[in-house]
Amino acid sequence: MTAETAEQAVEHAAEHVLTPSSYIGHHLTFLEKPVGEGGFWILNLDSLITGGILGILVFGFMYWVVRGATAEVPDRRQAFVELCVEFINDQVKGLFHKDISFVAPLALTVFLWVLFMNAMDFLPADYVAKGLTAIGVPEFRIVPTSDVNTTFALALSVWLLMIFFSIKVKGFGGFIHELFCAPFGVKPLWAAPLLMVFNTLFNLIEYISKPLSHSLRLFGNMYAGEIIFLLLWVWAATGLAGTIFGGLLGAGWAIFHILIVVLHAYIFMMLTVVYISMAHEHH
Amino acid sequence: MNINLTLIAQAIMFAIFIWFTARFIWPPLMNAVERRQKTIADGLAAAEQGNRSLKEAEVRVQTIEREARAKAQAIMADTEKRATAMIEEAKVQAKTEGGRLLAAAKAEVGQEVERAKATLREQVANLAVIGAEQILKREVNSGAHAEMLNRLKAQL
Repeated sequence: MTAETAEQAVEHAAEHVLTPSSYIGHHLTFLEKPVGEGGFWILNLDSLITGGILGILVFGFMYWVVRGATAEVPDRRQAFVELCVEFINDQVKGLFHKDISFVAPLALTVFLWVLFMNAMDFLPADYVAKGLTAIGVPEFRIVPTSDVNTTFALALSVWLLMIFFSIKVKGFGGFIHELFCAPFGVKPLWAAPLLMVFNTLFNLIEYISKPLSHSLRLFGNMYAGEIIFLLLWVWAATGLAGTIFGGLLGAGWAIFHILIVVLHAYIFMMLTVVYISMAHEHH
Repeated sequence: MNINLTLIAQAIMFAIFIWFTARFIWPPLMNAVERRQKTIADGLAAAEQGNRSLKEAEVRVQTIEREARAKAQAIMADTEKRATAMIEEAKVQAKTEGGRLLAAAKAEVGQEVERAKATLREQVANLAVIGAEQILKREVNSGAHAEMLNRLKAQL
């Protein structure tokens, strides 16, 4: 680095204190609102607002289309919505062989909501940040699924539904029985206590790992995607060539990210259906 | 990545969206889709039915046509036969009538000839008698020789 550019950099830093870590750190800071004492009583307003607005837009749009739905020849709007819904319906029917009147709408909700929350990654981070700063919101994370609270909220809801259906289908006794007596059984009676210990351990691990893997898979992918975008945008600070390469690579990553966004919404939905389907199975 | 109240808030939002979808979006849309599927299935079945009845009708039409043609042919053949028979009958009748008329004409002609012969004979006989009377004037008694003259008349 020549003396001149170093001087400039120092000058620059003195003005804004914009280093790569401060840039990335800034983009990864939640808009937090404390609502009580302690670290837990905080609301991430950005995740909640973005998630809420997206949900209202998506499901509002669906409702708007469905309200005008006709059993005769559908218009393009309805045909598009029906295409999505039929897709989900087919997927769920392939995995779940019982009454799908609850699971299918659940899958549709999960898929669409997660898909659109993931897709927020495509919005150019700095434009959004500049715009929001201009209206007095300096810190705002636009991708709700790169907030671990969102993914855990979804995964734990599914987890609770899983336990609910397990108890509903097998009864409370059956649920407890399965907790201790599946998957290895208690068949040789002399080994029963040992097997019960193993069964319980196995089930505990399963019950813990399911929501963890379910939520962290989505969170990790979206968080990583966001970080890679930010790293590419940091390149723009090195000058014109860096800006051009950063732009090109950013475009490439965005194209690849389309796949990731859809894929992970799909995986999240499929796992939701699979978990609830497994809860319906008797051992 | 710290867990906070957002988790519960998002879970509540999620629950609301699930409820909304399961209550207001999924059932009416699937209802419409299923109704349309039923309509299409019914339409296809009706088309199939229509096709089948069309084929049946075609077969029936062919049968009727064949029957009609056969009947027409039979009628034509019958008519021809009858016409021939009538012509033959008329010929025979004409021939008979002609023969009868000819015979009647011949008979009449014969009678005329006979009548003319008789008249002629009478006239010749008269002429002969007149001639003989002229010749024999006195000697010949017409009353006495009438018998001989009649015999002569019959011989002619």
